Amino acid sequence: MTAFWQLVARDLAIAWREGGAIGITLGFYLIVVAMLPLGLGPDLNLLSRIAPGVLWVALLLAALLSLGRLFETDYEDGSLEVLATGPLPLEAVAAAKSLAHWITTGVPLTVLAPVVGLLLNLPPEGYGVLVATMLAGTPAISFIGAIGAALTLRARRGGVLLALLMLPLFVPTLTFGISSVGAALLGTEAFAPSFMILVAISLASIVLAPLAAAAALRFQLQ
Amino acid sequence: MKLSGDKLSCVRGGRTLFADLSFGVAAGQALLVMGPNGAGKTTLLRTIAGLLHPAAGRVFMEGGAPDETLSEQCHYVGHPNAIKTSLTVAENAAFWSRFLGNGGADQAALETFGLAALSDIPAGYLSAGQKRRLGLARLLLADRPLWLLDEPTSSLDQAGQETLTTAVNAHLTRGGMVVAATHMPLGFAKARELHLGRMAQAA
Amino acid sequence: MAMQTLTQRFANPTRFMALAARLLPWASALAAALIAVGLYMAFFTAPPDYQQGHTAKIMYVHVPAAWLSMFIYALIAASSFGLLVFRHPLADVSAKAAAPIGAVFTFLCLVTGSLWGKPMWGAFWAWDPRLTSVLILFFLYLGLIALRSSIEDEQLAGNLTAILAVVGIVILPIIRFSVDWNSIHQQPSVSRIGMPAIHPSILWPLLVMAVGMTVLFAALHLKAMRNEILRRRLKTLRMAEVQTASGLAQPAE
Repeated sequence: MTAFWQLVARDLAIAWREGGAIGITLGFYLIVVAMLPLGLGPDLNLLSRIAPGVLWVALLLAALLSLGRLFETDYEDGSLEVLATGPLPLEAVAAAKSLAHWITTGVPLTVLAPVVGLLLNLPPEGYGVLVATMLAGTPAISFIGAIGAALTLRARRGGVLLALLMLPLFVPTLTFGISSVGAALLGTEAFAPSFMILVAISLASIVLAPLAAAAALRFQLQ
Repeated sequence: MKLSGDKLSCVRGGRTLFADLSFGVAAGQALLVMGPNGAGKTTLLRTIAGLLHPAAGRVFMEGGAPDETLSEQCHYVGHPNAIKTSLTVAENAAFWSRFLGNGGADQAALETFGLAALSDIPAGYLSAGQKRRLGLARLLLADRPLWLLDEPTSSLDQAGQETLTTAVNAHLTRGGMVVAATHMPLGFAKARELHLGRMAQAA
Repeated sequence: MAMQTLTQRFANPTRFMALAARLLPWASALAAALIAVGLYMAFFTAPPDYQQGHTAKIMYVHVPAAWLSMFIYALIAASSFGLLVFRHPLADVSAKAAAPIGAVFTFLCLVTGSLWGKPMWGAFWAWDPRLTSVLILFFLYLGLIALRSSIEDEQLAGNLTAILAVVGIVILPIIRFSVDWNSIHQQPSVSRIGMPAIHPSILWPLLVMAVGMTVLFAALHLKAMRNEILRRRLKTLRMAEVQTASGLAQPAE
């Protein structure tokens, strides 16, 4: 277990040192969300109706930006080989890096989301729910995203390819994330089941996605 | 303890690099794998390390820890140095020490490879030779019986090569094993040679 | 796992090539015949729908195409499993050959569904939940094709695409579930493409078309697999020339 947390801590330390990447991701999120009112016009009613969807879709796109590099630097500087032949199973290595990605990307985006929600006139009762659903759903994005990152490691045009591969796989998280927020805003009873399914998807991805990511990494290292 | 390769065959990109290769490395011995580029030196090392699967044959450790795989009893230092450029030298060493071993050996390893004075420098600022030494220091941090070295002296100056030779010989004296891919003799004690290429034959 | 001997490795593909060569003419003829009969029945013997009139007859292409789009993906997932777990020599060829064909059938399903929906919805696309699932399936097919074509090393490309296919088939039911959920909870009314009631005069043309299109897929798949095997053999021969010319180790055959 210690080796696992050592790896998470190392990735967090590197992210902290390099600082810029988190800033770019957050900046991208802000800009993408801001483009909607610029494009659609300032109809506040319209914006508040589409706010949950826009905030979630933009979150996915922002997360996709940083996912491409999840294994890339480790692969290029040779660290991945050493991690793969070390005491930690490769599945645990993938899980550790996914966890670090969530902490350095998913959580900051979740914290920024309500602030950005102001731009879209998100109704007041939506803010708490938004943060809750994003906290519940962003782990799935990091962990499932790791599969895509592992698959596209050496591929041409990896970044765009990653988006093409990942977006269909993110549909369940996206759907239940948006429907949870929407249900809470409408005050219907659909919030609880939506939210629980969202959590279930995240939990399942935490357990299963590292298996696929590690399988892909093994092939990449051959 | 003895590393044994039994009728090993490896295929890469449709080419058979070597076939029916058998070799043995006993405790305290070093094996130098030599041959032209593309002959399969790196492939052989990576197969022993467990990153590649042989097309035929097998490689195994006789007399080692019974519940450990071969991968767990060796450490592979390839061409890249596995250094995180934004972390300091000490942080790099501390991470590998705790991840690969039991922690605490990092200071001694840095001193052995002459990097102690550079402890707080970000690893990205090091010269190529210093980076290579930091990569090689992992061998002391991982502390495994079998060392797999791929062109270990590349980027190293004379002093660096001597440091490596001293460390390797100390390891061999303690009963360890070394398999190194190289273009030139490295001055390791009790080294035998294995030549790959068009004629694959054991020493 | 020990590499099979030279003869073992090519016995399967060689036997397959011979078998496929014998089957193909029959399969093609059968497919053509069945589809011709099916279309005739669809247009001339099947009754028009009381609500939609003759436009509903597009379902005789749309529904089999939908079945095939799912069946072919399942086939790709099974082939991928065969590659990853059993290292079956033909598994990768099968998966690679099936993906573009599956994408075309899926696209056909989307286009016919869109044309069918236009008179009812007033628009060419209304995010009908079943069609939306097929759209996402189409993206999954595109992903398989794109991933394979983006990786230089063919063996690596095959292995990674296989992983993607298996991941896709695991997530596919969840995607389907989430799209249905979305349509129930997000939209006030569910606008589904209404299938006419199944009456024998409708069922028979549908079945004939379904079988005919499946046999068509089988013929296309066999042909594509043969082409792929030939392409790989050609590549091996070319690489052998390169190796002999440069004096390096002989290629593994």
